[in-house]
Amino acid sequence: MTVDVNALAKLARLEVSAEEAARLEKEIPDILKFVETIQKADVSGVSEVKSLRNVMRADENPIESGTYTEVLLKAAPTREGDRVSVKQVISRKK
Amino acid sequence: MDLSTLTIKEARRALDVKEYSALDLTNAYLDAIAGKDKEIHAYLEVWADSAREEAKAADAVIAKGGSQPLTGIPLAIKDNMLIEGRRVSSGSKILENYVASYDATVIRKLKEQNVVFLGRTNMDEFALGSSTENSAYGPTKNPHDTSRVPGGTSGGSTAAVAAGMALGALGSDTGGSIRQPSALCGVVGIKPTYGAVSRFGLIAAASSLDQIGSIGKTVADTKVILDSIQGHDANDSTSLPDSFFANKKPVRKVLGVPRAFLGKGMEPDMLAAFENSLTALSQKGYTLVDIELPALDYALAVYYIINPAEVSTNLARLDGIRYGLSVPADTIAEVYSKTRAQGFGTETRRRILTGTFVLSAGYADAYYRKARAVRELIRADFAKAFESVDAIALPVSPIAPWKFGEKADPVAMYAADIFTVPVSLAGVPAISVPGGTVERDGKKLPVGFQLIAPHGGEETLFAIGKDIENSS
Repeated sequence: MTVDVNALAKLARLEVSAEEAARLEKEIPDILKFVETIQKADVSGVSEVKSLRNVMRADENPIESGTYTEVLLKAAPTREGDRVSVKQVISRKK
Repeated sequence: MDLSTLTIKEARRALDVKEYSALDLTNAYLDAIAGKDKEIHAYLEVWADSAREEAKAADAVIAKGGSQPLTGIPLAIKDNMLIEGRRVSSGSKILENYVASYDATVIRKLKEQNVVFLGRTNMDEFALGSSTENSAYGPTKNPHDTSRVPGGTSGGSTAAVAAGMALGALGSDTGGSIRQPSALCGVVGIKPTYGAVSRFGLIAAASSLDQIGSIGKTVADTKVILDSIQGHDANDSTSLPDSFFANKKPVRKVLGVPRAFLGKGMEPDMLAAFENSLTALSQKGYTLVDIELPALDYALAVYYIINPAEVSTNLARLDGIRYGLSVPADTIAEVYSKTRAQGFGTETRRRILTGTFVLSAGYADAYYRKARAVRELIRADFAKAFESVDAIALPVSPIAPWKFGEKADPVAMYAADIFTVPVSLAGVPAISVPGGTVERDGKKLPVGFQLIAPHGGEETLFAIGKDIENSS
């Protein structure tokens, strides 16, 4: 199996040097070979409903606005007033 | 006091009869750390000043006769649990200067007992590894032979306890990260039932597997710490109701041994040590029966699909925007990709990309979804076995502590997790208790014996664990 490391890196928002990409192009297929044994497992009897499921807290009892603003903003790399400031997200096509 | 043999139980007695104060005890540990940790590197940060203040507060509580099981007991905390106002990095450069904004639930519970926090301990970055060699801050050394690894990922915590640099410690276990380093360092470590201990304030690795547990010199010490941190928490939606653990009585008669699974790449003397522990238990009146767990042959493969999938998802939050390292760049896409490239270490990047692959369109069915289905077979194998046995015995590690750098090939390192990952996939509790030694290069190295119980069977593990302890 061959793996397009650069495509994965783009999906994962992770810059990968050419040297590391070359190494990973060997290592990730090695890992996939290591796990390929599961393809032989017969799961025809396994229910569609799995024992583990996502458990989400109900979105209720909101904390009063502003209670944790300062403590959270203190962790942010850059801020402007009471906002986290970031590089422009949406740009007009040139 | 002799820190190499001191237990929480003995310290509790001595503190309560005022043989020494919590401050004396804390100072003794701080001296031990100052003397030894340059060589071992179990701690990433030692909190000497605040530890002394916490000890004085504990002494005031003890003087008033209000001591609880852990009041004034000096503990070490793995570097992935949040303590308000303190740095916590999960062994990573991306969180090097991150300061926690709240207490993890386990920390809040320990503070309520006036525990003394000695410092934060080293770990593989984001709990990914089996040796602490993946820490961004350099590896921890095994106190029994400093040319060898202490195991991982909670290797800092287990080395601290083994070297007499903490009376006990908290660790976290995703695929063996408490049990395996406990085994390699010769201490006791328990991974409780998935959901037994709140993970609120634990930096996530793989959420369907992560569980906080305790590490101590003895089974009794491990139990007293676990008793103090477990319980339902509304802040962790996966935490079990307290009623789940009520009226669970220890059972200690029939032990299952999955013989067919034992041959897998075990060093002969490691297997012999395991057999010796089984013989000792049988002499104590246990009935040993062979059991079949055929789906365990798939456990490593399932684990090394599910773990990277969840890791890549969880670590997506680290993007240089809200907290942690942020590498300035011209566009927001470059801020993300450069921050993550500089902040994450080699193994973390490898897991993120592997996880991205197994979750990507076109491959998710063959890898991630298939692994989830096979995981059900593993859970079912355990459930079926527990219909006829009280607990299951397995080795912890197939191999003795290895030398630094010996397992540079990632797949070779993954294979060493063979006996611990099945338990994590099933969500059942397991304990590692010292069971003999093996010799390498003239040095005696500890071996761990693993006991596995059904969901909620922690008391069974402690009861049988004490029998193993008393037979060695």
